[in-house]
Amino acid sequence: MGKLMAFGALGLGLVAAAAASASAPLPDPAQPEARGRAIAERADRRDDGFGSSLTRLDMVLENAEGRTRTRRLTWKTLEVAEGDRSLVVFHEPRDIAGTALLSHSRPGGDDDQWLFLPALKRVKRIAAANRTSAFVGSEFSYEDLMPERLDDFDYRWLRDEACGEWSSHVIERRPRYADSGYSKQELWLDREALRLLRVDYYDGRDRLLKTLSASDFRIYQDRYWRAHTLIMNNLLTGKRTRLAFEPFEFGAGLDARDFEPAALRRLR
Amino acid sequence: MLAVLAPLAAPAGGAAELSGYLSFEPRVFFDAPLRPTQPDAGLSPAAVAAPEWRFDAGDGTNRFTLAPYFRVDVDDDERTHADLREAVWLRIGDTWVSRVGVGRVFWGVTESRHLVDVINQTDLVEDFDEEDKLGQPMLNLERWVGPGSLGVFVLPGFRERTFPERTARLSGAVPVAADAVGYESGAGSRRTDLAVRWYGALGGWDIGVSAFHGTSREPRLLPGLDSDGEWRLAPYYDVIGQVGLDVQYTRGAWLWKLEALGRRGHGSDFGAAVAGFEYTSFGIGGSGADLGLLAEYLYDGRGPGAPPTLYDDDWFGGVRLALNDAAGTAILGGVIVDGNTVLGILEGERRLTGTWKLEAEVRWFRGSDADDPLLAGFRRDSFATLRLAWYF
Repeated sequence: MGKLMAFGALGLGLVAAAAASASAPLPDPAQPEARGRAIAERADRRDDGFGSSLTRLDMVLENAEGRTRTRRLTWKTLEVAEGDRSLVVFHEPRDIAGTALLSHSRPGGDDDQWLFLPALKRVKRIAAANRTSAFVGSEFSYEDLMPERLDDFDYRWLRDEACGEWSSHVIERRPRYADSGYSKQELWLDREALRLLRVDYYDGRDRLLKTLSASDFRIYQDRYWRAHTLIMNNLLTGKRTRLAFEPFEFGAGLDARDFEPAALRRLR
Repeated sequence: MLAVLAPLAAPAGGAAELSGYLSFEPRVFFDAPLRPTQPDAGLSPAAVAAPEWRFDAGDGTNRFTLAPYFRVDVDDDERTHADLREAVWLRIGDTWVSRVGVGRVFWGVTESRHLVDVINQTDLVEDFDEEDKLGQPMLNLERWVGPGSLGVFVLPGFRERTFPERTARLSGAVPVAADAVGYESGAGSRRTDLAVRWYGALGGWDIGVSAFHGTSREPRLLPGLDSDGEWRLAPYYDVIGQVGLDVQYTRGAWLWKLEALGRRGHGSDFGAAVAGFEYTSFGIGGSGADLGLLAEYLYDGRGPGAPPTLYDDDWFGGVRLALNDAAGTAILGGVIVDGNTVLGILEGERRLTGTWKLEAEVRWFRGSDADDPLLAGFRRDSFATLRLAWYF
């Protein structure tokens, strides 16, 4: 699930980049593009080898008046060399219980997505050009949630500064793919473990639209950091969406075949 | 009813899950009926219970699903019915996946007509659109073949299509007598049918190839007189062989779709196809909402020896708006046009709270005998359904 599930790492695609090792110094601030890209690569590599993960979460939608609605889902992620795969199954709201969304990220940004509709027993490929669509009424768009790849963006280091309790790098990334809802994103990553702490999303007129903040980090297998609370604030509407994750399970017996569209109708 | 069923929801050992809905769905007919024998009930109440239990053995490799279905309709005794939609044991093995019991299967990609979808019988009293299906007894074995899965279906026992009561709405110009059924097969409804399908995704392509041999789910409707000397149609089920293809190519915001079949056993051999596209404009105006346009052409080359179809040479056009809001608001409007005959469709849905949902459906018929005698039989039956459902 790209940056959100692997919060602390950027896109999960394995990139055979000829980058310096993690211990080597980062490129000089006088080369902000190289430095930004190197930070992103290192964050990406930190998550290499996680294999697969499974978590359950509540997605709490809150409108400007503070009224909430909750979605409950299971989120499975599979690490694949050419682009990660995710399988999201809804449990609540009850009218869409059993509905599943399967995503395969592809080089070049043209992903594949299938829906499974349990009432009809139907598997339907949907257009993955849906990046800017709101995900089930939340402040997250599909673009914010679906698997992503390191090469989907151009990077630039902006500055180093404190972010809460952490000393962090701030980098900017601009999408290389069409149909993005954003002109750019600014990312805060802590210097120690390169966990993604915060993202600011800007629209086509470079106006700040949304801010995402991560907290409640826990480490798995002494290596993989995951945030367990994510809050997306929409600055235009005053709405926000909070994701509250249960502990992640790694290597939870997930079979790569479970992430094939032909396997979806076994879900219900 | 829930109190009665509750003990089933918590069996000893394994994990059990109960879901489903209860709904109240009154239907309003806009015009007086076509035939004088049909009562002129403008408002026709109905209620549905659709629970589903899933019992999982624990490791995800064995699951039993039980999904009965109940409808009560005040004005149509045939529409008041119960069905076992599913009672199926799913076993996921290392090589084979099996389904044994009564199940439901969907094949296909197009929206206006489900041409290749042949396993389950249509529960026509549910809705005119043929999307509701009866449970089918089956033994299904499935395994991975290349990038997709190959499924073989042995289908013992046949389900007759349901038809509205003879005096009810939507029973056509001449009503169908559901008790005057005939079969080509000497085994009648006990014939065992066979089907096979491979489905897989290859790059931007989703491809399904299927074949079926057995009793046609579509009956021919043979006119005759009943014991009271009234005209009625008697369903007659032929044995057919059929090959089907369903293909979707997905790129960017476009879905390109094709379903095609060739059939033997209904008079002369014939082919039929549905082809079209779905284009979606995502996140319109920065709102997060989606606006989709759908268009499909429907062709059916069947002759007089085959069951009648509405969709011999028709166009479908539609617009779908999904707000992607917290209430999941969505609206679909469309028309199927055959000469001067028009079937209009309007569907909307909106979640009221986490467990309540409101849906509305309008079916609007306009037709003349010359263009499409089948659809013309419904020209006085335009209706709207309002459905208030509670999901659990």
